[in-house]
Amino acid sequence: MATEADAARSASTPGWHDIILRSFKRNEIGLVPYVPDRVLTPLIQGLHDDPFFTTFATAREEEAVGILTGAWMGGRRGALLMQTSGFATLPNVLASLVVPCQIPLIMVVSERGTLGEFNYGQSLVCRTMRPVLDALAMEHHTMTRLDELEFTVDRSIKQAVATQAPVALILSPLLTGGKVFA
Amino acid sequence: MSAALSNTKIMNRADLTCRLVAKLKHEEAVIGGIGNTNFDLWAAGPRPQNFYMLGSMGLACPIALGVALAQPQRPVFALEGDGSLLMQLGCLTTIATLAPKNLAIIVMDNGIYQITGSQPTPARHADIVAIAAGCGIAASHWAADEEDFERLVDAALATAGPVLIAARIDDKPGVGATRRDPAQIRERFMQGLGVRQPI
Ligand SMILES: Cc1ncc(C[n+]2csc(CCOP(=O)(O)OP(=O)(O)O)c2C)c(N)n1
Repeated sequence: MATEADAARSASTPGWHDIILRSFKRNEIGLVPYVPDRVLTPLIQGLHDDPFFTTFATAREEEAVGILTGAWMGGRRGALLMQTSGFATLPNVLASLVVPCQIPLIMVVSERGTLGEFNYGQSLVCRTMRPVLDALAMEHHTMTRLDELEFTVDRSIKQAVATQAPVALILSPLLTGGKVFA
Repeated sequence: MSAALSNTKIMNRADLTCRLVAKLKHEEAVIGGIGNTNFDLWAAGPRPQNFYMLGSMGLACPIALGVALAQPQRPVFALEGDGSLLMQLGCLTTIATLAPKNLAIIVMDNGIYQITGSQPTPARHADIVAIAAGCGIAASHWAADEEDFERLVDAALATAGPVLIAARIDDKPGVGATRRDPAQIRERFMQGLGVRQPI
């Protein structure tokens, strides 16, 4: 389903956010709650500008996981956007709801806390992320290259749905540029 | 006990849950929250449109919101304890903002964490209906007694939401014992919502 927003975007070289948005669309990922991160701004803006998506902020990431779980059970697909600190609030809901109920939760995490982080707290929070994902045996990919992005996002969404298992797509500063010390 | 209207009767969760379920004739979805709300929903009798949320305190309302967004034609009820709602109060603002017409929240307010030993919650001086209204859910009401609760449920089924109904309840535990099989509960629910066919 091509919209005017699609046409406007394709005029310039697609950025990481265009590619994610396109992959979401192709895979019918239409419901996109988020707790924002500076790096995610162009993706969030793109989603808001495209009527295909229902995108909105939630008060907590956990709440968004609940919403996406209910939506999946009701037959509607979605994805959660957040930063590393947001992921750090999720182990309880992942272990008590998403994994035991076999929910194909798609998580897009903007990686803060590495490759030039200026906030020590962020860097420590970041170190908790992969151990949690591994402890729950959850699929996760760290995306560093634009040329691999579409393949990784597209295949990961398809695998999550086919296997009824969650996936975390981690957006490295190598891909997004990250957030730099001002 | 939260600061409800002083003339609000103290009711019973199992009784109110049975009264709710008796009114559901059109495959309405019901999400039971952690512990007692889903135990009493289980005890009220099997319905494929019931989802029993086992371990994620505070997420009955967000899950119900997700179902409501996915199936806008189907009325959806969330059954939540007051302690659980306190853990995820922010979700009331999300619900108010998205304003799904088909969502109703029922809060069973005993003022305690009954299931963990009946400790009082920190909300002694709080009014859940005032909180919900303050979050932007204009149709938020205390049920004065059982008849009023039934009237409010009828209104929730007949008029556009979102709606929040709070009921002061006693300190009794839930009466059912939900079978702890999350994958089967989820699959049955999806079948009940017409999303999946049995294999
Ligand atoms: C994050 C989290 N903290 C604590 C608990 C332990 N816990 C389980 S149920 C519950 C109390 C629920 O209280 P409420 O929703 O008011 O229901 P009630 O037991 O009073 O019926 C608590 C504290 C938990 N499951 N998860």
